[in-house]
Amino acid sequence: MSAIEVTRTAGRTAVRLARPRASMILRPRLVLTCAGLAAATFLVLCYCLATGDYPLGLGEVIPALWGGGDQGTVLIVRTLRLPRALIGLLAGAAFGMSGAVFQTLTRNPLASPDMIGITQGAGTAVVAGIVLGVGAGLGTQTLGLGGALLTALLIYALAWNRGTTGFRIVLVGIGVNWVFVGATQYLIVKAKVYQAQQAVGWLVGNLNGRGWESVRPLAIALAVLVPVMLLLSPWLRSLQFGDQVAGGLGVPVQRARLALLCAAVGLVAFATAAAGPVAFVALAAPQIALRLAGTPRPPLTASALCGALIVLGCDLTAQRLFADLELPVGVVTGVLGAPFLLWLLVRANRSGTGG
Amino acid sequence: MTAPSSTQVPARGSGDRSEPDLRASGLRLAYDDRVVVEDLDLVVPPGRISVIIGANACGKSTLLRALARLLAPRAGAVHLDGREIHSTPTRQVALRLGILPQSPAAPEGLTVVDLVGQGRAPHQTWWRQWSSADEEAVTAALRATGMLDLAARPVDELSGGQRQRAWIAMAVAQGTPILLLDEPTTYLDLAHQVEVLDLVVDLNRRERRTVVMVLHDLNQACRYADHVVVMKAGSIVAEGPPTEVVDADLVEHVFGLRCQVTPDPVSGTPLVIPMGRHHGGPGGRDA
Repeated sequence: MSAIEVTRTAGRTAVRLARPRASMILRPRLVLTCAGLAAATFLVLCYCLATGDYPLGLGEVIPALWGGGDQGTVLIVRTLRLPRALIGLLAGAAFGMSGAVFQTLTRNPLASPDMIGITQGAGTAVVAGIVLGVGAGLGTQTLGLGGALLTALLIYALAWNRGTTGFRIVLVGIGVNWVFVGATQYLIVKAKVYQAQQAVGWLVGNLNGRGWESVRPLAIALAVLVPVMLLLSPWLRSLQFGDQVAGGLGVPVQRARLALLCAAVGLVAFATAAAGPVAFVALAAPQIALRLAGTPRPPLTASALCGALIVLGCDLTAQRLFADLELPVGVVTGVLGAPFLLWLLVRANRSGTGG
Repeated sequence: MTAPSSTQVPARGSGDRSEPDLRASGLRLAYDDRVVVEDLDLVVPPGRISVIIGANACGKSTLLRALARLLAPRAGAVHLDGREIHSTPTRQVALRLGILPQSPAAPEGLTVVDLVGQGRAPHQTWWRQWSSADEEAVTAALRATGMLDLAARPVDELSGGQRQRAWIAMAVAQGTPILLLDEPTTYLDLAHQVEVLDLVVDLNRRERRTVVMVLHDLNQACRYADHVVVMKAGSIVAEGPPTEVVDADLVEHVFGLRCQVTPDPVSGTPLVIPMGRHHGGPGGRDA
């Protein structure tokens, strides 16, 4: 046997190494999708760094990333533009990947973390901080993180009945979502005008004025949680067939689902803490990635790349659409996301599966 | 690299093929507060086809789930190869015992080969996702179930019978000496029912797999079982070879249905002919 072996059966290409003995299935369309999305994301990232009130050439931007070039350029690239772009990139990737996990676990394309209350919980916590001064010293980042994590815990606890199922989590999550929507609206009605303005500014999802202090926790969270998620992905693959089949295939169903949910909630909590609850990304990115890659379930890596591209692209649009008005990114993802959601619903109804 | 379990798997990826030993003792099974099975003992005959029959909601599927470690007993235990199944890691169980639940659902767009390949999950590791043993086992399973030509087709585009065969192929690819099938013929027309049951016999006779399945049709149960397990209200009321166990009194006792039992003209096994209120008259049962 040669060192590397490629075989093809029933439309699947397998790649095997003789030493160390390793093997995998190669899906060319998935690889191409990932490469295309990565390239597009990289181009948008470069464009974000190079353009703005003070246009720069790529020849200036790239050295400035490492601190080369004149002080002004370094300041613009490293202090003003890079953190914002990185938060868009990282938060988008986190939303995309966690959306893929939620949708696969619940076997429902509508069950993204922003539909089942997790980001709403973060929103309520942040608005409570702004309006009531509860834990205001912690700052919106910590409040958002805490709110998202506590909400996830609440949903899981309420959905628990000698174990739980994806379906129960969705139902409970939708209920919890509306409780927090109500609570947030109550707080905003009660708030003073300037507080309400601040609260709404956060709730819509915004990358304006974010600096390195927002990048660091998010980057660390991704550095830990993304590899964890990829390690857990074989369990995810079995769980998409339902609890009974997965259990029969040797997956410790409850433990596996809890681990996957924890990692997914961690991703979405840190992303929301940094960027606010940017609408529809966690819902749309996995569904777009799935259609691009032609896979039966949302592919994790492609969903993350797709999320990153969406948030970066939408933030760029939000910044540049109107010359005199800088929109929050959430407005753009919301405006683009709503028709997408409708399309998804119509399509699900037509095929008769309802998702 | 010397690596765990999957390297010991012989060709055809069939796992450890020593004679399996699956038994339940003093089993009590319940959902919430509703006890479904009470104080049940069962020894699954190795290398044979056992069929569990009984009226709706008598605990057949519940028992099957407990035998597969999918449901924890409230009392008693299931032992697989002498080890308490609930204290054995799931994955280790999955190398010895495969289960096909009732009407499972595949994700939209999934191809047959991807579905069948999933059966190899307990043999795979993170770095070894598709070994040549996996490939051989999947090809063999596709061939045994007559699905080789349909391998690249999406599961949701198949007919009911083909779909069920694809799922059985997944369980076959898992390569376990024990196969548990929960109503594998549900929703299939008669021709497809027979096709699936014949396939089960092939798997049993050719590969010596121990099969336990739940069936609704008594005549099919009698024809295909080496051993029938008759359940009523969460207990086993009779078990043994169909010809010794199934008669008119048993059917009346278990299903509350008057019937005649004659030898099946094709297989010689008991053939249950129900009477109902409008046919056969009161004297009809002493034929």
